[in-house]
Amino acid sequence: MPDATGLELIAAAVRERLGDETVVGTDYHREQAMLEVAPGSVHDTIAYLKEEADEPFELLMSLHGCDYFPAEPRLGVHYQLLAMQRTDRLGVKTRVGVEEPRVPTIVDLYSGADFQEREVFDMFGVVFDGHPDLRRILMPEDYEGHPQRRDFPMGGEPVLFTFNEHEIPRWYE
Amino acid sequence: MEVTRRPVEGGDDLRIRQLRARQMLRGELEGEDLDRYMEERVGLTTLEKAQNWARANAPWPLTFGLACCAIEMISVVGSPRMDAARFGAEVFRASPRQADMIILSGRVSVKMAPVIRRIYDQMLEPKWVISMGACASSAGMFNNYALVAGADKFLPVDVYVPGCPPRPEALMYGIIKLQNKIKGQPDLGWRERYHAQGTEELA
Repeated sequence: MPDATGLELIAAAVRERLGDETVVGTDYHREQAMLEVAPGSVHDTIAYLKEEADEPFELLMSLHGCDYFPAEPRLGVHYQLLAMQRTDRLGVKTRVGVEEPRVPTIVDLYSGADFQEREVFDMFGVVFDGHPDLRRILMPEDYEGHPQRRDFPMGGEPVLFTFNEHEIPRWYE
Repeated sequence: MEVTRRPVEGGDDLRIRQLRARQMLRGELEGEDLDRYMEERVGLTTLEKAQNWARANAPWPLTFGLACCAIEMISVVGSPRMDAARFGAEVFRASPRQADMIILSGRVSVKMAPVIRRIYDQMLEPKWVISMGACASSAGMFNNYALVAGADKFLPVDVYVPGCPPRPEALMYGIIKLQNKIKGQPDLGWRERYHAQGTEELA
């Protein structure tokens, strides 16, 4: 786990390599390092961290999404990178809004990101540019809506108790 | 060792029956005699009763484990301790065309429901459904967008086995209840004993 200074060094190296506007911020909290980047430069950042950095992170541990509603920009995509020999983890995150939820795909770097990006698309609605087969993976193909967003209702049925069992119509009525 | 000799009980009756049996074996009984013989010896069963008995004692389940309840189903089928084969569920057929009974064990998700329906449609009549576990009977512990709240929304279910997961003995009891239902003797059990009113049982 890079410590706070290590994280700043990584951020500085990324800025130097890819431009100042790439890195939006860094976050070091409870010994977890998180690098926040602009959505358009996700692919280049992760390619840099995978191969060219001084201490490269060669394994993608996780790719998942998050909904920061009501804080804007609303949808976040988080990447967890792991360096196995040094047992180092680094988090990279981007945040996009609902109106333009496009993030470049990293399937060409890590083929395991295929299904994980499909899941983020299914659950949050983030569209990954360049993904070979972006369709729903957990919900049925013709489902509408993105269930893990915070304003999506939880669904299900009203629970029958004795006090309301006569008000709720059953399926056979 | 003491040997007691007794005359055979039944007397003339038995002699007549023996003669009739010998005639039957030789194929000498015709028409009315044959009908009477059948009625007496085969125990007054109608063809349907016999057919139900045969069907009930050999329900072949379809392997359909969906989730955690499938583990308990496996222990009913596979383990020598609780064995479903002694009740006739001899083999778990993998093809729906060869199976009589489908045991829905586990959560039924929205994506899986049409698949289950299609497999149910592929089974040949007569077919029965056992809904095993809480998640297949109602939504179980879940109440969300991803699960169908009970398999009876798209399938006719014959026996519900509650539990999370139900014990293998409970599933066996469910299979036996289904057997009784097939034979035409649905178990009323507790409903009679406790005069159940206001609770609904829909077949």
